[in-house]
Amino acid sequence: MNARHPGPTSDRYRLEQMDADADLMVLNFGPQHPSTHGVFRIKLILDGEVVVRAIPYAGYLHRGVEKLLERLTFAQGVPIVDKNDYVAPMTNEQALVMAFEKLLKIEVPRRARWMRTIFAELQRIASHMLWLGTFALDMGGALGGGSGVFIYTFRERDYILDLFEMVTGGRFHYNTHTIGGNRHDIPPGWDREVTKVLDLIESRLPEYEAMSSNNAIFVARTKGVGVIDKELALGLGLTGPILRASGVDFDLRRDAPYHAYDELKVNVATATAGDCQARAQVRVAELRDSIRLVRQGLAGLPEGGINGGKPIKMPQQFKTMTGQAYVGIDTPRGELGTFVVAGGGDKGTAPYRCKIRAPSLHALSALPWILPGHTVSDVVVILGSLDPIMGEVDR
Amino acid sequence: MQGLLRGLVYGGLIITVLMTATAWGMWLERKLAARMQSRIGPNVVGKFGLLQPVADLMKLLQKEEIYPIGADRLLFDLAPFLVTTFAIATAAVVPFSAEAVGADLDVGLLWVLALGGLMVIPVWMAGWASNNKFALIGGMRAVAQSISYGVPLVLTSLVAVVFTGTMSLSGIVKFQIEHGWLALWPPGPGVVAFVLFYMALLAESNRIPFDIPEAESELVAGITTEYTGMKFGLLYVGEYVHTMVGSAIAAVIFLGGWDGPFHIASGLHWMVIKTVALFASVYWVRWSLLRFRSDQLMRLCWLYLVPVSLGLVVFAALWRHFVLR
Repeated sequence: MNARHPGPTSDRYRLEQMDADADLMVLNFGPQHPSTHGVFRIKLILDGEVVVRAIPYAGYLHRGVEKLLERLTFAQGVPIVDKNDYVAPMTNEQALVMAFEKLLKIEVPRRARWMRTIFAELQRIASHMLWLGTFALDMGGALGGGSGVFIYTFRERDYILDLFEMVTGGRFHYNTHTIGGNRHDIPPGWDREVTKVLDLIESRLPEYEAMSSNNAIFVARTKGVGVIDKELALGLGLTGPILRASGVDFDLRRDAPYHAYDELKVNVATATAGDCQARAQVRVAELRDSIRLVRQGLAGLPEGGINGGKPIKMPQQFKTMTGQAYVGIDTPRGELGTFVVAGGGDKGTAPYRCKIRAPSLHALSALPWILPGHTVSDVVVILGSLDPIMGEVDR
Repeated sequence: MQGLLRGLVYGGLIITVLMTATAWGMWLERKLAARMQSRIGPNVVGKFGLLQPVADLMKLLQKEEIYPIGADRLLFDLAPFLVTTFAIATAAVVPFSAEAVGADLDVGLLWVLALGGLMVIPVWMAGWASNNKFALIGGMRAVAQSISYGVPLVLTSLVAVVFTGTMSLSGIVKFQIEHGWLALWPPGPGVVAFVLFYMALLAESNRIPFDIPEAESELVAGITTEYTGMKFGLLYVGEYVHTMVGSAIAAVIFLGGWDGPFHIASGLHWMVIKTVALFASVYWVRWSLLRFRSDQLMRLCWLYLVPVSLGLVVFAALWRHFVLR
């Protein structure tokens, strides 16, 4: 691709070839491995401990979500996509319903849009908290300092799940977004609880940073490791924190505002180094910005209805639908796009095709470029810094 | 004949006490780690979970033994026993008090260092015999690390030898009772030597931040990946015993052994307190820090630890020559 990243060579790797010319070893990293963040498999070809070539294999968690969406009516699809990116279900739902809304040309009430903003940002905090914990876990091990960070950040994430439970009744799979608005209104007193949780997280964040991203060993392990430069990031279609850490100042929340982001000011965090440390810095900065955005969102939350559609008449409305729509939103992992073509299912009640553009899949596609030259220890760190969620990679 | 009997009795005593101490050392570690992570830790089996080690042992004994396909059975079986044997054998020369010492060898320190160095062989055996690539990488890392960190370990021990003029561990303690603890006196170099010894000890016993041989987030479980049941347990116990004996040695060489502060109430209990405190601190470090990468580990060892400990040896020699005469 460029001089710095020679890229994976095109000829398929053959064992007899490798054995003949060098002392290389094939290491199957995953799918059952403690730090592949699920069931991801990389075939590593090692020279000693140094990776010569890396071949990623996805698909161990394939559940046929896109095909399922073709069989279910529009409204039935929402709880299915909850399970795609299971660390940030809120943004999954939003991406899907926003595509359907665009197709149907339904206007979402202002209060619902603000609520979606708050949910999305809370979800970002929860997701980045989980990432910080698992990233430290990758570096410090399940039987070491990393697990301390992991347990702390997991606890804070749980507080946010508690908040979601208060609104939706679910801690994980919310099914709270419907086409044209939200299903559950915010209960009275919720904003006080949110403020309490945010204060708690904000006050504890420096401590977690001291244990992880500001720690000398953390810096030694991440600095200059897994560099993705601007050109490669753009070429592979990387988005979100990874792209921003590579020096591209791009954020859909600011550059193509949806929800209530046009009324709120998003501070886009960027870094130029493009290594694991830069990605960590960007995510921690986003964490702080999200806390601020949720506070602003709660302060400015307008009154009014939360659903613009008429849920009972939905199937009839969809019958006449034609056309196609694409909506991309910025999830904690990058641009989650939903491309939907109307006119499928029984009498046009379902999408004809629903393509989900998962940011994690693109993130993983960088592995063959950046892994060669690093050691096995770095493979884990690089993979962790990309923050892939296999649920949305394999769908 | 009497000597043989004494040896047998004392040997049995050491093994029993050490294994028991290790089992409850694990309990202590789990409790400490739990407190550090705002968890509770084991609390179901027995009061405060005190019987947890027994339950763990019973579980491990009942496990099925699995041999991986293509494993070298002899080495695979032998490795865990050798790890534990070497670790326990080190304890034979540790003077827990003026009387409680198994074999007061003239070259006690040498015996300790030699057996500690030998530990690398069964670890490599385990890594090789498993016929597993993760275990193999773990074994390779263990060899590289043990050999590298053996150098500062020996050099910092040499500082104590040069100061005290003896290789007998009880001789070193007696010297310290007379002249003051080596970690405190002479001020400065003694502390540095102690810290370096402690770091090398962490590395030798594969503890975070130097636990790359079994870095479980990278190598699944390193050399223990393919081990099941009590053989896995023995590898684990061997590491714990190694850490505990290492703590005892550090207490003997640098912290005055059974000597109380200002010679107050000297005796076995001080040795126990010092050993447990060092043992606990190893786990304090373990549950607080992240892990280094192997090449960073080597750089730290060869570029910083080895030159500094060499300097300390020179200093010790000069001090011995001009001040202690």
